[in-house]
Amino acid sequence: MGAQLRVYRQRIRSAQTTKKITRAMELISASRIQKAQQRVAASTPYSRAVTQAVSAVATYSNVDHILTTEKENPRRAAVVIFASDRGLAGAFSASVLKEAEGLSELLRSQGKEVVYYLVGRKSVGYFTFRKRDYLRSWIGGTDQPQFETAKEIGDELVEAFVRDTDEGGVDEIHIVYTRFVSMVTQTPEVVRLLPLEVVDGVEEPEADVLPLYEFEPDADSVLDALLPVYIESRIFNAMLASAAAEHAARQRAMKSASDNADKLITDYTRLANNARQTEITQQIAEIVGGADALAG
Amino acid sequence: MPLQVNVVSADQQVWQGEADMVVARTTEGEIGVLPGHVPMLAILAGGEVRVTQSGGRKIVANAEDGFVSVAGDVVTVVARNASLVS
Repeated sequence: MGAQLRVYRQRIRSAQTTKKITRAMELISASRIQKAQQRVAASTPYSRAVTQAVSAVATYSNVDHILTTEKENPRRAAVVIFASDRGLAGAFSASVLKEAEGLSELLRSQGKEVVYYLVGRKSVGYFTFRKRDYLRSWIGGTDQPQFETAKEIGDELVEAFVRDTDEGGVDEIHIVYTRFVSMVTQTPEVVRLLPLEVVDGVEEPEADVLPLYEFEPDADSVLDALLPVYIESRIFNAMLASAAAEHAARQRAMKSASDNADKLITDYTRLANNARQTEITQQIAEIVGGADALAG
Repeated sequence: MPLQVNVVSADQQVWQGEADMVVARTTEGEIGVLPGHVPMLAILAGGEVRVTQSGGRKIVANAEDGFVSVAGDVVTVVARNASLVS
């Protein structure tokens, strides 16, 4: 067998093996998207209920609590980045990190120091490679987020938010995650968790007089208890949304990889056939030439 | 007008529907909510949440680690862990 033909056959085999892997990953992701989406849908009522309660309190009461009041001079902002643990998901992690960079730039231009909390191995890799500092990271389990992880992140953030700025606390908390829009579109999104920004589902009070809001046992303890719950639920929701988006991004990336492998295989098969034919033609020419020489 | 009741836990919506009365255990003791209640936010002490429907049918759920919010005849029981008992 000619050398050229052997090379082509080798490449075809290599493309076929790669295709097997990418095809398998595509199918796995496709089956996991459904599940991830269901989890997002199932956790949304909780997240919405908590957000509405918090917004209602913030809108309807004049309680002085860090949850409801904005600090006058924010100096340090925490940014939580939700990337993935593993690659091969197209631009999933890259786009979320890019969004985070944009946010950091904006915060710095407002004169705030930015500290990072990272979720997912890819974001940690990005920071370590650039030798940049981050406060804490959580790796593992981005494709199937657990509530315990969200609780851990939440506790850490609440602790940092309650602490004084001079002692390393933060005045603002932002999260950057990927929202699952559809199977083909996933958009990175920035949400400011604290101080409160979103008031969806709550109408602005029409009258000047605030309706009497009753707190059991008292406003401070209720809001103290509400703060971690709110943070956790928002974080958990962001993690679930990111997971769904990650699977969708991976499925699409792996589909185009499989398609590319298909194309490569076709191309190399053509070339291999061509090489084989050339070889045969040459052999015939040689035999004919040899016979002619003997006959002559 | 009956109350609109929502019972949600961290990972799912446990129950949703209309009811005449909701009784929940807060840190200050049991509290009953009837239509027309003032807006309220209370911390749950854990334990049963009893929802009485208009036919007298009762729905009991276990709710731990959360709060109950009442605003304009909408009662939301939000708990990290919640499950229906009956």
